[in-house]
Amino acid sequence: MNKIEQPKAFEIINIADEADDMKTFTLKGTLNALPGQFVMVWLPEIDAKPISIACTTNNNFSLSIKKVGPFTTKLFKLKKGNKMSVQGPYGKGYDLKKYKKIICVGGGCGTPSVVFLAQVAKEKGIDVDFIIGARSKSDIPLQKCLNNIGVNLYTSTDDGSCGYKGFATTRLEELANTNKYDCIYTCGPEIMMKKVLDFANNINIDCQISMERYMSCGFGICGKCCLDDSGVCVCTHGPVFDKKTALNINELGKYHRDSTGKKIAF
Amino acid sequence: MNLSTNLCGIKIDNPTILASGILGVTKSSLKNIAKNGAGAVTMKSISKEPRKGHPNPIITTFEAGMMNAVGYSNPGIEEAKKEFVDLKDVGAPVIASIIGSTADDFAYMAKRFLTDEFAAVEIPLSCPHTPGFGTLAGQGTPKATSDITKAVVKNTKLPVFVKVSPNIPKLADVAKAAEEAGAAAITAINTAGPGMIINIETGKPILANKFGGVSGPAIKPIAVRCVYDIYKAVKIPIIGLGGINTGRDAIEMMMAGATAVGIGTGIYYRGPEIFKKVADEIKEFMKEQDYKNLKEIIGIAHE
Repeated sequence: MNKIEQPKAFEIINIADEADDMKTFTLKGTLNALPGQFVMVWLPEIDAKPISIACTTNNNFSLSIKKVGPFTTKLFKLKKGNKMSVQGPYGKGYDLKKYKKIICVGGGCGTPSVVFLAQVAKEKGIDVDFIIGARSKSDIPLQKCLNNIGVNLYTSTDDGSCGYKGFATTRLEELANTNKYDCIYTCGPEIMMKKVLDFANNINIDCQISMERYMSCGFGICGKCCLDDSGVCVCTHGPVFDKKTALNINELGKYHRDSTGKKIAF
Repeated sequence: MNLSTNLCGIKIDNPTILASGILGVTKSSLKNIAKNGAGAVTMKSISKEPRKGHPNPIITTFEAGMMNAVGYSNPGIEEAKKEFVDLKDVGAPVIASIIGSTADDFAYMAKRFLTDEFAAVEIPLSCPHTPGFGTLAGQGTPKATSDITKAVVKNTKLPVFVKVSPNIPKLADVAKAAEEAGAAAITAINTAGPGMIINIETGKPILANKFGGVSGPAIKPIAVRCVYDIYKAVKIPIIGLGGINTGRDAIEMMMAGATAVGIGTGIYYRGPEIFKKVADEIKEFMKEQDYKNLKEIIGIAHE
């Protein structure tokens, strides 16, 4: 019963601009996390929000955060040398099983979660193809990081300003025609992930998706992130779900819920 | 061994009940808890208007339990009416929970929200941390408890459970007022306190609301004492909750006088499977100690 969740303050040792309104905060200290897990970032007296982990090393870890509202706007005011309070890690991460060749599909601010996965996969000697989907060139995060990791990077932008012009999912279909992947991993807009999942199901290869829902507590108690129809919490049973489980999530790609519990259509 | 229990005419397979406020935002989550062995499930409280609740953190933990100030987030009556339909799919009796600031609010909620799909309705007159509700709205006095209970009883055919606060010195008087006003059962206890937990690295209270209701193992002795006192004061059944993690905890609560037990914070320690585990542990204990049925256990601390 000696389970306790309390925030810990970490020093910010670097802040890097990633893309439009996205920064990577590198924090000093170790976080024993698996790719796909998340932390709760706490601003005392203001709010706390779930943020996925972009990478970890022996001495530090990074969170890539997109400015989307009042909380992240305040978070962006933090400077190098300030402290950031973090609680976690939470949730179930990706499973690399015994795969030899995988492809990751990251979309927008969902990309950091699969970047961390790519890092760990490469360390294990797995061949990684990586598609980033973004609106335009200035929106593509973590390119430098991915180049360092050594993945085969394919960018796709809506406006064609970088790489392929079109949807990440179309790029995926093309790549899957000529490559044999053991598994597709995806994190990004839910409509995109649903397409990726259906594609994986059609061509009969494994797939893991990382879902985003309104999460408050992070440990399966408040019930705000429960999925229809299974009723399981995304924060504890996910955020990563395998293909079989994901195909049974009725609300996937259809709706999510706001902080009151009201359904909001995608 | 058979643990099936009759609670105010509601047949439950075992005496474990999902406490209100934990999960229960959606029908699916209730169904999941029923699948994990709960005898009955209580939904998260619904108010007339949608409520966002407090900012995060809304829940934090400490060495001996949990502290929360969720702030009654809920989608409001109209959305909730769409969500909580065809409740037989849940697989266990569903106890509704409604909140309001005044007796009139409760009457309105009872009239507009409650359907005969629910097995009962619980009215928490005891939240210690949300302005406008519970003890902060003065609902914990015998007079207010009586007025609100009467207003709900008048507007529903369902059995009415009144959830009481441990923070009231004369708790037995409140329980008695509820009974006299027509309550079918007393749910005891709501969270204690309110308490506060300060993060010493930042020097700030962790909960965005600063203070919150304390639950979990820390409050179990208080809950047992409250149930014991209420059992002496009223004839209606008691649903005992506060710090129940194991079958032994449940037995203790029943010995104090509870007919059934609520579980909430325990899910944090043992997962949703806690309901089946607690029911199994109750059976195990009864077998060891040669108890034939739960009636032999309920209230024996008073004999």
